[in-house]
Amino acid sequence: MSVLLPEDPTPIAKVPSTENKTGGWRTFRPVIHYEKCIRCYICWKFCPDAAIYFASPDAHAAPKEALSKFDTVEINYDFCKGCGICANECPAKAIELVLEESAEGDEE
Amino acid sequence: MMKKLTIPEEEHMLSGHTACLGCGATIAMRYVLKALGKNTILSIPACCWAVIPGVYPHRTLDVPLLYTAFEVTGAAISGIREALDAMGKEDVNVVGFAGDGGTADIGLQALSAAMERGHNVFYIMYDNEAYMNTGIQRSGSTPMGAWTTTTPGGKKRMYKWEPKKNVAEIMVAHNIPYVATATIAYPEDMIAKLKRAKEIKGPKFFQILSPCPTGWRHPPDKTVEISRLAVQTNMFPLYEVINGKYKISIKPKNPKPVKEYLRLQGRFRHLTEDEIEMIQKNVDENWKALLKKERCSQEE
Amino acid sequence: MKAILTGNEAAAWGARLSRPKVIAAYPITPQTSIIETIAAFIANGEMDARYIRVESEHSAMAACIAAQNTGVRTYTATSAHGLALMHEVLMWASGARLPIVMSVVNRAMAPPWSVWTDQLDTMAERDSGWIQVYTQNNQEVLDSIIMSYKIAEKHNILLPTMVIEDAFILSHTSEGVDIPEQKKVDDFLGEYEPAFKLDPDEPAGFGSLIMPEGPYMEFRYKMALAMEDARSEIRKVVEEYNQVFGREYAPFVEEYKTEDADAVMVVIGTIGSTAKDVVDRMREKGKKVGVARVRYFRPFPAEELRKIAKGAKMIGVVDRSYSFGPGADLFAETKSVLYGHADIPVKNYVMGLGGRDITPRIIEKVFDDMLSVAKDGVVDKEVEWVGLQGDERWS
Ligand SMILES: Cc1ncc(C[n+]2csc(CCOP(=O)(O)OP(=O)(O)O)c2C)c(N)n1
Ligand code: SF4
Ligand code: SF4
Ligand code: SF4
Ligand SMILES: [Mg+2]
Repeated sequence: MSVLLPEDPTPIAKVPSTENKTGGWRTFRPVIHYEKCIRCYICWKFCPDAAIYFASPDAHAAPKEALSKFDTVEINYDFCKGCGICANECPAKAIELVLEESAEGDEE
Repeated sequence: MMKKLTIPEEEHMLSGHTACLGCGATIAMRYVLKALGKNTILSIPACCWAVIPGVYPHRTLDVPLLYTAFEVTGAAISGIREALDAMGKEDVNVVGFAGDGGTADIGLQALSAAMERGHNVFYIMYDNEAYMNTGIQRSGSTPMGAWTTTTPGGKKRMYKWEPKKNVAEIMVAHNIPYVATATIAYPEDMIAKLKRAKEIKGPKFFQILSPCPTGWRHPPDKTVEISRLAVQTNMFPLYEVINGKYKISIKPKNPKPVKEYLRLQGRFRHLTEDEIEMIQKNVDENWKALLKKERCSQEE
Repeated sequence: MKAILTGNEAAAWGARLSRPKVIAAYPITPQTSIIETIAAFIANGEMDARYIRVESEHSAMAACIAAQNTGVRTYTATSAHGLALMHEVLMWASGARLPIVMSVVNRAMAPPWSVWTDQLDTMAERDSGWIQVYTQNNQEVLDSIIMSYKIAEKHNILLPTMVIEDAFILSHTSEGVDIPEQKKVDDFLGEYEPAFKLDPDEPAGFGSLIMPEGPYMEFRYKMALAMEDARSEIRKVVEEYNQVFGREYAPFVEEYKTEDADAVMVVIGTIGSTAKDVVDRMREKGKKVGVARVRYFRPFPAEELRKIAKGAKMIGVVDRSYSFGPGADLFAETKSVLYGHADIPVKNYVMGLGGRDITPRIIEKVFDDMLSVAKDGVVDKEVEWVGLQGDERWS
């Protein structure tokens, strides 16, 4: 008899959930308008999906010279569920929520 | 790389979890692990957070997690702590992370006993003010006036009219060294409290208000805003009690009317002006009582 | 070292010698003196364990589960209502594959309140995924705890174990007991090596959600396999223990004069001792009776009972509990394993509930009834309640 049995005696979950691409849940896509972004990281701070990460200062143009030495932020669309907290909390109103289909159309 | 951050950069909650959009409880977990770091063992009972890490074999936390039955968090963290100490691993943080139902209701007995016995543990109640995992039923921690599926409106008015059970105060009555309230809109405050508590040996209790868009019936982008309003209206005051001494963390200069908090949430949509007035009165009284406790406990 | 110990003191000694690191327990008559004795051991520095004085049995088991999952050996003890309160977490302990060892002192379930012996409490947990071993004297109580750690902790078993003793008849009755040397027990058991543990260096979730298409069923199947594997491990460990400590335990069923018996009484727990005396007396009168005392109810000794039935003309099963099914549990399971293997009558005798005394005289009457069934070859009444007030047949 060859049945497929798990190796562990009891469920021991070891595989990082980053295998699970929750970006597919999105209805609205947050889009950062970098020309407004003051690199305050408030969006990073509040994201419930840990989907905002830091990028090198020159990855995007800064609105002001003084800001250009600071890291910038990017959204990982593999995981962002589009809750809109980042857009709601952004003090510079630099994040816009756009409907996912039209966002995709815009991209390429 | 250069950046000015107000909370730790380290991240021990991964993306790809299965919480609803804009889940406040998830933000709470992110901060807890940022504050306590990787040398931590978590115990989570039945609740939304038992499902959020995802389906086997997925994990969404960078720390070991013991899933348990619904009502046992207090006992489970006691067992983990004593086992670790027996093995000479006194430096590992032991954290029970449970919902309001698992804390205020079915798990209160085990929690009370664990606090009374004085184990060196954290107990974190993420308070989304109802049984969310089973679909929004009333808990002892559901606030006055709220709609839930077991307190629905109907031809006879119903809703939940009993005042919210004050679990933080129940914990203060256990004479434990550290009790605090916190909420996700104030991460710096929450993390500073967790770090302070980490230095204290003994039981540490946190009640973290964690808005739930699904159960509170608010748009997911309002999660942080509602959390902030809870503090600014004095609906959910932030304070800590260290060895019996109260310290209010934030005292809004001109508290906003509770109506601003209530009107953003579908669960309060049915409230009449009179009922809102009643809730406002209740909030004002609680706030006054808290100020008094702070004053008295500081007096010596 | 020889000592005079009650069953409960013997249990406490069994735990002490096995060196659990965490004990979590809650008092209930008739278990209480186990956990009091352990508290005294710890207070005197004779035992190096953390003792969590929990607020309920549910928490006792939950704390043991968490401690064992963290990587240490644990022990607890309870009875009746305490065991029933644990029910949910008993399932958790076995599903989580944690080799916890627990003493259970059999006591009746209320209402009406009764603190005396009755096996309904443990029989009701027969499907909880725990190994169950029933004992007959205080020496066996002590020895079975040590053996149980060794069996349960094998990485192909990893099932928690209940070591069961009858209330008062053992728990509060003193007997001479040989307490093995600590050094010998240490060598026999070895250091506890957990198969897995909560470890910040290896983040993992223990016991997460599984969908119907996930391996839920496979994990249950692995438990069933482990319970089967336990048979050969029990045999090995009991043999080794007998050798090292000079005992004579039969692994699964202790047989007494069964070889040529016409009627074999299948019993569990202390009834075995009484029945053996009665067998001797009846043999003198030329009556061919024997006793088979079941030690392990889980895993259930199917082969052993089939072998016994091969030579017998009938089997009478004595239960000190009732299950509201097709007879009581020991009977129902015995009959089911004999089906298709031995075409002989099997009759159930329910007696001694709520601690009612099971006297030699009653046992003898039951044997006589069994012999008449053996002679007729048919069972008049499949389930017989023995010794009900007003029923003159048994007095
Ligand atoms: C003994 C028991 N009773 C009931 C349940 C069903 N149950 C699972 S989670 C839950 C509610 C959890 O509420 P809470 O603790 O507030 O956490 P939330 O889901 O709101 O995050 C209930 C009733 C259970 N798992 N175990
Ligand atoms: S919150 Fe707004 S301004 Fe601040 S970093 Fe994010 S996008 Fe930029
Ligand atoms: S929309 Fe929500 S999930 Fe997406 S990046 Fe913003 S805060 Fe994170
Ligand atoms: S129901 Fe509420 S608490 Fe639960 S995952 Fe969804 S948003 Fe979070
Ligand atoms: Mg809840």
